[in-house]
Amino acid sequence: MAKITFITSDDETITLEGTSGSVMALAVENGVPGIDGDCGGVCSCATCHVHVTPEDMVKTGSASEIETDMLELDDNADEYSRLCCQIEISDAIDGVVLKVAK
Amino acid sequence: MKKSELPDPFEKARESKGYGEMNDQDDPVTMLLRHKDVRKSAHNYKTFQSGAVPGRIVIPSEVNIRDTRQIPFEVDPPVHGVYRAIVEPWFKRPLQAEYQERLRSQISEIVEEALQKGSVEVVTDFALRLQSRALTLLLNTPFSESETWISWGTHVFRSEGEALDGDKANILYHYIDEQIDRASEDPGEDMYSVLLNSEFEGRKLTKEEVKGVMVLTFAGGRDTVINAVTNSIAYLAEHPEALERLRKEPEITGRAVEEMIRYFSPLTQMGRVVTEDAHVCEHAVKADSRISLCWASANRDAAVFENPNEIVLDRKVNPHVGFGFSHHNCLGATHARQILKILLQTLAQKVASFEILDYKENIEDLDHFQRKVGFHNIQIKFNPLTK
Repeated sequence: MAKITFITSDDETITLEGTSGSVMALAVENGVPGIDGDCGGVCSCATCHVHVTPEDMVKTGSASEIETDMLELDDNADEYSRLCCQIEISDAIDGVVLKVAK
Repeated sequence: MKKSELPDPFEKARESKGYGEMNDQDDPVTMLLRHKDVRKSAHNYKTFQSGAVPGRIVIPSEVNIRDTRQIPFEVDPPVHGVYRAIVEPWFKRPLQAEYQERLRSQISEIVEEALQKGSVEVVTDFALRLQSRALTLLLNTPFSESETWISWGTHVFRSEGEALDGDKANILYHYIDEQIDRASEDPGEDMYSVLLNSEFEGRKLTKEEVKGVMVLTFAGGRDTVINAVTNSIAYLAEHPEALERLRKEPEITGRAVEEMIRYFSPLTQMGRVVTEDAHVCEHAVKADSRISLCWASANRDAAVFENPNEIVLDRKVNPHVGFGFSHHNCLGATHARQILKILLQTLAQKVASFEILDYKENIEDLDHFQRKVGFHNIQIKFNPLTK
């Protein structure tokens, strides 16, 4: 079980719990604004962009090469950017705080 | 070669030099073939614009048959973003459960009918009908309108030959004008009425702007959806193991949809007009010439996709550009994804197997490249699943 907190662009804080699957899927199931996950999680649409809180980067890891390629053309992207369809839920990411980019 | 296979005609040119050249009505096009160049150039709207003369970024060019600017498609940022924000919520409606249930019942009915008939010509009797009926949901218009759209045939801009046909395009434009006038006099809850009532920079959208959005909606989602639906069925006919897998592992359906979009690339390419002398792939392109973003080629780029010429049904990381990329990515993608997802689910539930009986391939002539995009017609037998 992992607790994951989303901070939306309206500064709303939403904390969800999950055990498996991707962070994107959890967010979409619970209607987190700004996480659309249009492509269902195969890294083709970049509609699940989040900024990981810097100190949580050790838990989530940094973006893979394909994610970086997707994000490099997004003016809003930085070193803490991830596409959260590529973050798997496990105990290892318990407590992370993600700021929704859109 | 399997009948459902779509070969990649761009491989050699993509790997050796990265671009191709194509003449189109004396307005030549430099085609970008590599994934990275396609994505970068799609993003760079300042050098590679969409807001040129209406019809010019389409290949083949529609300059001679269209004056209406398609919106938001033929507008560049930042104004593009204002239009896009107006239409986006409407085009996200396919995410609603009720929309999906209505789509499911439409698709279910068409599949049942094919099973009863035994064999059907999939392009006209299955895909065109499915596409037209589903469009009544997207437009929120009466179901009966689909009969009119079906009667137009598979091409709204082309007669049975390949050439653009102005008279045929006019049928669509007149129809849309009539619908806008009707909605203006007697507003309802359909897309025409909603657009007419939308605010753009402190005023209502004009009829011409509404027409621009409607032409885009009709044109963008017709051949593309018809080819995607037809090609999916042809693929399942020749890959019974894939149909079986969708039955046993329904959770991979979403990935299967994305992979089919990558492999089929229903829209081969989209153009841009060059605003200043520039270089693509170390190749000079002149101001006021055209480039194209060749989605179909980018989607087979071995630098990005392992086994690019195979459908890997559960491909996990799939950064395809089948719905385009960046600012102008496909507005109808949410609708198209739902159509394909529900189609695959329904076929897996109801069909045991298919047999391809007869077919005629649809090959696009791109000057130096010939690309199969699907079929002009394909007769397929549907065998019911008996439990």
